[in-house]
Amino acid sequence: MLLAIGALLAACLASLMVGANPLSPAQVWAGLLGQEQEAMDVVRGGRLPRTVLGLLIGSALGAAGAVMQSITRNPLADPQLLGVNGGAAAAVVTAISVFGITQPGGYIWFALIGAACAAVLVYLLGTGRRSASNPVRLLLAGAAVQAALQSYVVATMLADPTAYYSFRYWDIGALTGRTLEDIGPVVWFLAAGLLGMMLLARPLNALSLGEEAGRALGANIPGTRTASAVVIVLLCGSATAAVGPIAFVGLAVPHLARLTVGVDHRTMLPASALLGALLLITADVVGRVIAWPQEIGVGIITGIVGAPVLVWLVRARKVGRL
Amino acid sequence: MTLALACCAVLIVFATLGTGPLPVNPSEVLDTVLRRTDEFDFVVLDIGLPRACVALLVGAGLGAAGSLLQALTRNPLGSPDVIGFDSGAAAGALVAMLTLGVSDRTETAVFAIAGGGVAALVVFLLSSGARDTGYRIILIGIGLGALLDSVSAYLLTRSGVRESMEATRWLVGSLNSSDWPDVIVAGLGLLILLPAAIALGRQLRLVLLGPEVASALGVRLGFVTGATLAVSVALSAVAVLAAGPISFVALAAPQLAARLVGQRRMPSVVASAAMGSLLLTASDLIGSRAFGDSDLPVGVITGGVGGVYLAWLLSREWRRRM
Repeated sequence: MLLAIGALLAACLASLMVGANPLSPAQVWAGLLGQEQEAMDVVRGGRLPRTVLGLLIGSALGAAGAVMQSITRNPLADPQLLGVNGGAAAAVVTAISVFGITQPGGYIWFALIGAACAAVLVYLLGTGRRSASNPVRLLLAGAAVQAALQSYVVATMLADPTAYYSFRYWDIGALTGRTLEDIGPVVWFLAAGLLGMMLLARPLNALSLGEEAGRALGANIPGTRTASAVVIVLLCGSATAAVGPIAFVGLAVPHLARLTVGVDHRTMLPASALLGALLLITADVVGRVIAWPQEIGVGIITGIVGAPVLVWLVRARKVGRL
Repeated sequence: MTLALACCAVLIVFATLGTGPLPVNPSEVLDTVLRRTDEFDFVVLDIGLPRACVALLVGAGLGAAGSLLQALTRNPLGSPDVIGFDSGAAAGALVAMLTLGVSDRTETAVFAIAGGGVAALVVFLLSSGARDTGYRIILIGIGLGALLDSVSAYLLTRSGVRESMEATRWLVGSLNSSDWPDVIVAGLGLLILLPAAIALGRQLRLVLLGPEVASALGVRLGFVTGATLAVSVALSAVAVLAAGPISFVALAAPQLAARLVGQRRMPSVVASAAMGSLLLTASDLIGSRAFGDSDLPVGVITGGVGGVYLAWLLSREWRRRM
């Protein structure tokens, strides 16, 4: 855990230093304090917001994935499967193609509403009214809604080349081109989601023993499910709205967290948030270095950086089961 | 029930032939096939029938592949993309189209199959040797899939809009240019692979009772795992060769079949295959007729049709349980 915090600090420093115009740690410090004009422009203008964004989005995605895998008890669960990405993508495509909005700041609200609507629909389809919902249903409902929305997105794009042009950059997810003002309100949603996640730790622990045992321990199971759904929508809905769909963080990070700190949600959830931020910032730095002085979108790098780590961990040890 | 599904699929084929720009009624179709008239040769023999046959065969193959993988991984989301085949096929096709400049459909498909086959093989090799193979296959498959998806996304953003849109169109999977050679490929493939799939389905039903029980009943677990992967990859490869990578049929068909037939633990291979045929022919009918002149690729529709149908079945269960 301490190691992860140290690595995260190092990654943040690297994120402030590395780029088309590399700076030394001393210059970064001077820039932060506003002592040197050029460094100040680079650090405060571009890299600091970007790093803060990476921290927020990464921890949101990691935490959302962890809550999701726990509540569905399925190792494949990730934000995409709740229909969140599909809903956001469908709304963004509509915004681009019908309303002609092409600025990230313009379609962030569309994305947020789309994500929330899709998630509510999946949740309604995936849970029974009174009966204990079964996690398999939730996943199937998510897959069904995701597929239907994806069809709509692809059909719209094939019919409208200009929409395709704008959309394919949103679709890979990038931390650049979004200022903190653009995403201002979303930050509050993210903060609320992270707070809610911490409150869920105990009920999720009870639930992880199985529904019967959880009820015997006094857990309010429908309440926990609903609260988890709200937290997931807040976290990954606003993350996706802010920077586009970033694959793999929500899927892989909870597995890594279970491997390092175990299955107790009181430590596993914060660890997921921490490792999510670490993975995203590292990926962002790698994306800036690998094609220097050009950059590769962070959504592309997360898969390339994260996948070998996951495969190695699965092979090296017994992966913590749900 | 299986028979009813197959009959529905055939009825839809006749409906498709009967509603085109030049409608042909069922008796005229039979007359043409039996060489009693040559009036409709072009519409029926050159366009309508090969397309319908490819839809039936590819749908059946995808449905069977999905049911095998869902039984092997014991996960309703088990489909060829879980073992990395789809991501590998997409990456292979994109490398061929965008970097090597291949424009021929068959050559692209060969690259796609090579990519998918290599990906599936790597997943199998990396995950073999553990006691709980199903679980490891899932995790390693999604890891490798994410890696390959990143490569695909990178290739798509680095190429021109026209080329990448063309590539997106191919990646969706389409029946628009189906011809008799495609029918022969798909038909021969199914003739060999479907009996193998049915035999494996029986073995997998025993594996579902638990590894120890299955071993006691004389099932060789390692062999069954390897053979299941090989057969489902081969079935998906046949589908890619005949029609391109069509999404969601492999995932949805077994689940839809299970809900209609009422076998929750493992839908039978034959029922899933029939359901796959039905899904694909229905999608083709909608894609080619419902949107006026624009002949939408069938892969766009499968997600919509399958997704909405699955969502509807889930919502019916929900109401019944109230």
